[in-house]
Amino acid sequence: MTFRNADVLLDVLRYQLGLTGAKPGCLNGDCGACTVNIDGAAQKSCLMLAVEAIGKEILTIEGLNAPIQGVFVDQFAFQCGYCTSGFIMNAHSLIETKKNPSDEEITAWLESNICRCTGYMEIEKAVKSVIHLPKGP
Amino acid sequence: MNIIGKSVIRKEAFDKVTGRAKYTADELSGPSLHARIVTSPYGHARILSIDDSLAREITGVRAIIVGSHEFPLTGEEIRDRPPLAVDKVRYYGEPVALVVADRYEIAKKAAELIEVKYELLPVINSPTEALKEDAPILHPNLMSYEKIGTAYPVAHSNISNVTKIRKGNIENGWSQSEVSVEATYGFSPSSHSAMETRAATAEIKPDGYVHITTSSQAPFMVKRLMGIYFGIDIGKIIVETPLVGGAYGGKAPIQWEVLAYLASRAVGGKRVKIVYTREEDLTTAPCHVGLEALVKIGCTMEGVITAAEMVYWFDGGAYSDKAIDVSRAGGVDCIGPYNIDNVWCDSLCVYTNHPYGTPFRGFGHSEVLFAFERTMNMLAKKIGMDPLEFRKRNSILPGHTTPTQVVLNKNTVGYLPPCIDRLKDLLDWDQGEITEVDDRRIRVKGIACSWKTSTIDTDASSGVIITFNSDGSMNLMSGVVEIGTGTKTILAQILAERMKMDVEQIHVKMDVHTQTTPEHWKTVASRGVFMAGRAVLEAAEDVIRQIKDVAACVLRTSTEDLEVAFGRVFLKDEPEVGLMLKDVVYGYKFPNGNSIGGQIVGYGNYILRRMTYLDPETGAGQPGPEWTVAAHGVEVEYDKRDFTYKLVRAATVVDIGVVLNHKAALGQVMGAMSMGLAFAGRETFVFDELGRVMNPQLRTYRPIHYGENPRYLVDFVINPVENAPYGSRGVGEHGLLGMPAALANALSIAAGVELNELPLTPELIWRTKGAEL
Amino acid sequence: MIPYDFEYYNPSSVEEAVQLFQTLHHDGKEPMYFSGGTEIITFGRLNMVRAGAVIDIKNIPECRALEFNQESLFIGAANALTTIEERNPFPLLSQTVSEIADRTARNKITVGGNICGTIFYREAVLPFLLTDSLVLVAGHRGLRSVPINEIFQEQLLLESGELLVQMVTNRAYLEQPFVSIKRRRQWDTGYPLITVAALKVGQEIRVAISGLTDFPFRAKQIEGALNRRDLSDEQRIELALHSLDVLILNDTEGSSQYRLFVLKNTLHDVLHELGG
Repeated sequence: MTFRNADVLLDVLRYQLGLTGAKPGCLNGDCGACTVNIDGAAQKSCLMLAVEAIGKEILTIEGLNAPIQGVFVDQFAFQCGYCTSGFIMNAHSLIETKKNPSDEEITAWLESNICRCTGYMEIEKAVKSVIHLPKGP
Repeated sequence: MNIIGKSVIRKEAFDKVTGRAKYTADELSGPSLHARIVTSPYGHARILSIDDSLAREITGVRAIIVGSHEFPLTGEEIRDRPPLAVDKVRYYGEPVALVVADRYEIAKKAAELIEVKYELLPVINSPTEALKEDAPILHPNLMSYEKIGTAYPVAHSNISNVTKIRKGNIENGWSQSEVSVEATYGFSPSSHSAMETRAATAEIKPDGYVHITTSSQAPFMVKRLMGIYFGIDIGKIIVETPLVGGAYGGKAPIQWEVLAYLASRAVGGKRVKIVYTREEDLTTAPCHVGLEALVKIGCTMEGVITAAEMVYWFDGGAYSDKAIDVSRAGGVDCIGPYNIDNVWCDSLCVYTNHPYGTPFRGFGHSEVLFAFERTMNMLAKKIGMDPLEFRKRNSILPGHTTPTQVVLNKNTVGYLPPCIDRLKDLLDWDQGEITEVDDRRIRVKGIACSWKTSTIDTDASSGVIITFNSDGSMNLMSGVVEIGTGTKTILAQILAERMKMDVEQIHVKMDVHTQTTPEHWKTVASRGVFMAGRAVLEAAEDVIRQIKDVAACVLRTSTEDLEVAFGRVFLKDEPEVGLMLKDVVYGYKFPNGNSIGGQIVGYGNYILRRMTYLDPETGAGQPGPEWTVAAHGVEVEYDKRDFTYKLVRAATVVDIGVVLNHKAALGQVMGAMSMGLAFAGRETFVFDELGRVMNPQLRTYRPIHYGENPRYLVDFVINPVENAPYGSRGVGEHGLLGMPAALANALSIAAGVELNELPLTPELIWRTKGAEL
Repeated sequence: MIPYDFEYYNPSSVEEAVQLFQTLHHDGKEPMYFSGGTEIITFGRLNMVRAGAVIDIKNIPECRALEFNQESLFIGAANALTTIEERNPFPLLSQTVSEIADRTARNKITVGGNICGTIFYREAVLPFLLTDSLVLVAGHRGLRSVPINEIFQEQLLLESGELLVQMVTNRAYLEQPFVSIKRRRQWDTGYPLITVAALKVGQEIRVAISGLTDFPFRAKQIEGALNRRDLSDEQRIELALHSLDVLILNDTEGSSQYRLFVLKNTLHDVLHELGG
């Protein structure tokens, strides 16, 4: 695979690797729709050069298989679905990073993403329902 | 079957949580050229010259297109908009030129090298400015523009449309009134800000067929308008729409498709892709209208409203597009959901040098209701009546007449009083409007009521096709676009309920392809379930009839004795005698090989009935099928020192008819409330004196974020509608309608001043309270 | 999508980074140091920043330092803001930076990047201004250590090719009472109307402000007024507002008059929190 030094990770994921789960929403780091996990940390892939990710573990929504996805479905935590990949990747990083996050911590993490369809209460319910599930192996 | 009302998981849910869901810009198959727009940096300017010589020299640039009188004017009511500006730009962000190149970054680089020289022209930054005597006339040719729809422009003015509503006798109304309140209101345009920016691809095949893929709520309208604009045979235009990443009305207009088509045409029909940047999505694409309003309401001392007189000046922006319809809808429902005998309203759509307006969730209603419901609160205060009691006393009910003189019945209007009663419970209304938290902070409740009909084209229709699979399961094809509302899942529920079949046995075609999907007029106006749902039921009747015809022959009985349910067709009184659907739907084969029937294809359609145009002098006419009513409340925690506030609770109670999918309905209402609060509390374009949008990014134009939201309380009043699928009313927009007014009412009480502008920022409160240091 | 191309370098030492800069600059490559890179990327897309080469400093150990010695705390410029928040060696800094942008963005935005950025709020500098921190800067002549209150005048005044390596803060300041308040146009997200960070050193209140004008600054004028123990809170704040000599911003976040109103209330909160 070849890409330009100036290519952001989002474009390489989408146009070189065909992984279109990460969405362009603003290309400005403002909306969170392109969020992926880099070495476990949530990152906006429009704010990162692909070259910066060399040697790091990149997890995109396509590679995720976690309870958070199921509870997003159960709680109707999305409508149009465009922000969903980013929201889930950020929430997944939170769940994996923090044992028992407080409401303030959950807000601090999740305010990084914009959802234009829901009222956010559905997302809150979904995320909180997984926090209390036993973690995977 | 009891599938109605269940929170059935949306059919595309698993695609959406695994990154597999595909939107327009995700379509990567096949090579494509890329287009990039050069946009206007000013609100109003003459184009002196466009120099593209440097851009043309860049390798990989395939075409550069600038505005020309050769291109058709576009517009859905009045054709007033060149797809690329000609001679003048009329708004910041307006497309001026288009570059087509092999790769996106080449197009971008070339676009930046195109030098456009402008001469600044005086800018109109509000309807008030537009209507001044010495205002520049933005469209001198207004009266000679072609009209596609109905519009009543005013010659030598900046008024693109006038809707007059005259009900009763307003002079009588005023003479009966004992107390009145008059006030003015205003807010600037704002944005839909769907998370998916607008995008389209276009390709013109050598045989002349035009293929367009677009992020649109109106793929069938794209087809129709492209045919009108460019003289293409309508059958040769094929439009596809995959999943749409949020729309809220903002993807109902046609703009980006025209640019993609022009780009493709300039490069010999090659496939060209255009994806708006967020900056373009905010400023170039059509936006949410602004409004200025004058409202005067009068009542008796007992609280009976006798007169309402309004002028609404919609800030439609630089081109009229659908803002004309929005302003008409604002006239149709120019008052709140009240029975008022004497109503006088002029609703005007006004040209300004702002991005042009188009439908926004609520279609003009949250806008006029902000003004009307604020005035209602002031009037209630003046006569010393509880604001909810005042509204309840004046509620519009079956038997009453709307401003456009439609006599309502129990199907055409919901019941407001029980919505108000339930709202009182949800908000603990009996505990008072104001609660003290500490010496600085108070909690304050504000309320508003709303109603809305859908003023859509009188001949709007929706078609549905049903086919079967060989296992007896069904395929459902509807032209409704899945924009996030879950409508296609609800249509599957309706079909499953009617067929008494597991909803898992209904397969839904999620994307729209205008050549193979039957038309649904536009996925707007909370009409998806109503219209397509009726079509589904008709299509179900069609297949049931066909199944019974075959089965009657096989079972040697009459069709009247048969029932279709649970994947079988069987004798009503002897259910064990019957056939599996899978043995019927592709023809029944007798043991000797003889076959009858053949594959079953079902068809259904629905067209709105008895809708009329409005009388241009009085507004009389049937503008929409039915009115949904709702009661809303917002509770804020207000800081008396800083004038800041938090959203604590927000409530909406809607007469929904019947709930079809509980969680989906809650989600629609909460999501709409969220948008309404964001619009009311924070979102607005900020214009400078040159008409430039000073906040064209999501970091400066900020939708509501997680944690800023209140706790939502949503409930439904159930009054089934006879002619609606399983009795449901439209509900996609209604959560939004009362939010701006309810928030403004709460904050006006909290701050002790009348807050009549949006957005309701602490700075606005500070300024209204005297701007003291 | 950044339309232009640049070279990318990933040096592993300060010397290498500085040397690279020299060479690239000499070759006319218009190099830039790249830490979190969020501004280079987002402004690059809009053609507001242009570099022929970027030198990523995230793999330089000194730039990643987050450590104490007996006297001081050393914070490498390439530490992500969330790293500082999580490890929390400097509570005032943690609190101030925790309000910048959003958490995911702060996984990428670094403390050095924020201080050297073109977006003029640069709130991460406020705690360093209050603590008279030192700035460790590397140039082709080697390392130099400069008081931040000298080198930060509206912005960090680096010479061409100089690299911000670390911020050095005296540990004594880390234990002092502080307050950091960000006020926005509306609710909890977005740029500041005003961010005020304040520290109480002994009996003296120090104040640094972002968002009031188009650069962050240590508000010595205000400090003088706020520490007038002979006056009431009201009088001190009135004097503080009168002693301001900056051009107050008037933009989409808020008007200048309103910013003054917000500042006045925020200063009340500072006095209330930190005591007269």
